[in-house]
Amino acid sequence: MTVVRRIGTALIAPLIAIVIAVVISAGVMLILGVDPLEALSVMFDFGDDPVQQITSMVTVLNRAVPLFLAGIAVAIAFRAGLFNIGVEGQYRLATVVAAGIGAMVTLPAPLHVVLVMVVAMTVGGIWAGIVAVLKVTRGVSEVISSIMLNTIALGLASFLLTGPFLGSEPGASIIRTETLPESAWMPSLDGLLGGLGLELPRRPLYGFLVIAVVIGVVAWVVLQRTRFGFDLRASGLNASAASASGVDAKRMVLKTMLISGAVAGLIGLPDLLGRNHNYNTDFTSGLGFLGIAVALLGRNSPIGIAVAALFYAFLDRASAPLQAADIPSTVVQIMQGTILLAVVVANELARRLARRRAEQANRQGDGAPPVIDPGAATAQPAGVGGPAPATATTDGGGTP
Amino acid sequence: MRGARMRKAGLRAAALLTAGSLALAGCASDDSDSDSSGSGSSGGGDGDVKIGLAYDTGGRGDKSFNDSAYAGASAAAESLGAELQDLSPNADASNRADLLTQLADDGFNPIIAVGFAYADALAEVAPQYPDVSFAIVDSAVDGTGLDNATGLLFAAEQGSFLGGVAAALKTETDHIGFVGGVDVPLIQTFQAGYEQGARAVNPDIVIDVQYISPAGDFSGFNAPEKATDIAGAMYANGADIVYHAAGGSGQGVFEAAAAAGGLAIGVDSDQYETVGDAALQQVILTSVLKRVDVAVQSFIEDFESGDVEGGTDIVNDLSTEGMELSTSGGFIDDIQAQIDDYRQQIIDGDIEVSSTP
Repeated sequence: MTVVRRIGTALIAPLIAIVIAVVISAGVMLILGVDPLEALSVMFDFGDDPVQQITSMVTVLNRAVPLFLAGIAVAIAFRAGLFNIGVEGQYRLATVVAAGIGAMVTLPAPLHVVLVMVVAMTVGGIWAGIVAVLKVTRGVSEVISSIMLNTIALGLASFLLTGPFLGSEPGASIIRTETLPESAWMPSLDGLLGGLGLELPRRPLYGFLVIAVVIGVVAWVVLQRTRFGFDLRASGLNASAASASGVDAKRMVLKTMLISGAVAGLIGLPDLLGRNHNYNTDFTSGLGFLGIAVALLGRNSPIGIAVAALFYAFLDRASAPLQAADIPSTVVQIMQGTILLAVVVANELARRLARRRAEQANRQGDGAPPVIDPGAATAQPAGVGGPAPATATTDGGGTP
Repeated sequence: MRGARMRKAGLRAAALLTAGSLALAGCASDDSDSDSSGSGSSGGGDGDVKIGLAYDTGGRGDKSFNDSAYAGASAAAESLGAELQDLSPNADASNRADLLTQLADDGFNPIIAVGFAYADALAEVAPQYPDVSFAIVDSAVDGTGLDNATGLLFAAEQGSFLGGVAAALKTETDHIGFVGGVDVPLIQTFQAGYEQGARAVNPDIVIDVQYISPAGDFSGFNAPEKATDIAGAMYANGADIVYHAAGGSGQGVFEAAAAAGGLAIGVDSDQYETVGDAALQQVILTSVLKRVDVAVQSFIEDFESGDVEGGTDIVNDLSTEGMELSTSGGFIDDIQAQIDDYRQQIIDGDIEVSSTP
């Protein structure tokens, strides 16, 4: 009985979200003159022959890896009540520096990859650390400073690319850093696919997928199963309560931003180590901002973010086949937008529902107090437009 | 505790997803071990040409570069009775290779990639479809080892030279401007030609040069509001004619010109015709035409008649009418003779236009 109710409470928000999003998307598609069912079937059509199908799946996974890392980077800050909009600048700067330094040194294969990763995480961490230092020492809002540092980071990255790290011929259309030596290339997982008896895809499956999974697991363990993670979440849920219970708020801001920035530094590496092997003028941009959407969609939990990243990547992949079927690819953006909106709305509705139920339970006076469960809450800083941080639920329900 | 539930639910969903994808992969390897493994590409073609077109950032409707490619491809499609499929990249253009793969898998041949940014994607995809002919606009394939691709190049500095001549002859303040989309070598060739043309007419002319975004940040091709700010500052500073090589941002330059009572020079396509606003038409002195349409159309027609070699580059310049100055609106009719004079000198080799500023 109570189990059913609890599962119901957990599922109600995503369910409302899906219903709202499907209805709105279908409505918009009908207005555009697109048959929603046809669009859906195109999205799920991964191709006719095995090579096409495996290539489509690899495309989704390869796209999901950086999105997942971006989501984790944003979510770590979110959980501590910090809004790190600077992920974009952090990963761009980290990637160019990692590419530049990686190309300068000679190391045996596994160490070289590790060095590139360490450099990227350090640069990302330092850049995010600036935000933390400004907040802790001068009270500068991290929202403002991280946005402004984005612009500086992009300029700095351009300077480094066209100056110290320039590796392309003068006059080349695409300006790039020196290509990384092969010892710094991340091996692909194509061998694994072959081992599973699958066809080889037309693009390598990023070996960084493994790193991303490790990062996700570590993030989950640290957030949910350590004292530090508890303090971090407590700071996000109620900063003054946290510091009353002995959390040093300033140190927490600093540590959180350093970790968030270090993870952000990894976002560009799947592409860098798995495919491009250099940073260039055409390097994928905007992943930091997409990370915010992915983190919101995934409700700041690593598993949720993984699902959200795969989902975004799945929709992204559909953009080419949709156009091939004469359906405007804007359908993809419409769906991404409505689903995100729906999730935010649904979270709020579910929160109100839960609170009303808690109040009713209180009024009945059966002695079951509302319990705040930090583990279930999606901590989002106030003023971001997300739902309020804590979700109150009755523990055990009202039935004796 | 509720968190644990949710986590379990999440795990279950993830497991389901994994199972689903495995099942899908299972079907994948089941249904056709027999045939279609290699490139299912050139199938479906019984001699009929199916033209594939993959756009650069901005996609169709940029009123400039991509639209020009579309015009050429659709003209060729019409004259050959061919099928035409065009695809635009996603917002961050991370799926360029996927667009080419999609077209090749759907049996399109030839496939034209619009924009030098496709160079890496082309190098990845073209070798996987050796039976398909690819072309790439604005990027050289000579020396890349891709023998089923053709580079469609433009001597943008030559056309921009004539734009500079027109600006220098028409300016009343001896002060003109240039707004580049992104500070990359390709756009610098426009700046180089423009400056040389203007200085050929008037060595003392003042030329303001500004780029919207630095190399590495491609937003400058699609940021009309920033272009308005930059061009607006140039007009306020005394410039009366501003030339833009900024793709979709050009609209912002025209709006700044209209607001400041100045003139502007368009780029790539005849922007007098494409701007779609009578008030803005009046500020477009001329456009430096980069005839992507001519280049694309003649490539497709060459392909149809079997004249495409592959592994080579085709340079379109003033002599092939791949670069031109538009005359729509009649604003430069009075100086046409001088412009033609410079054009002839360039074609004859009496003037050599450098492609770097």
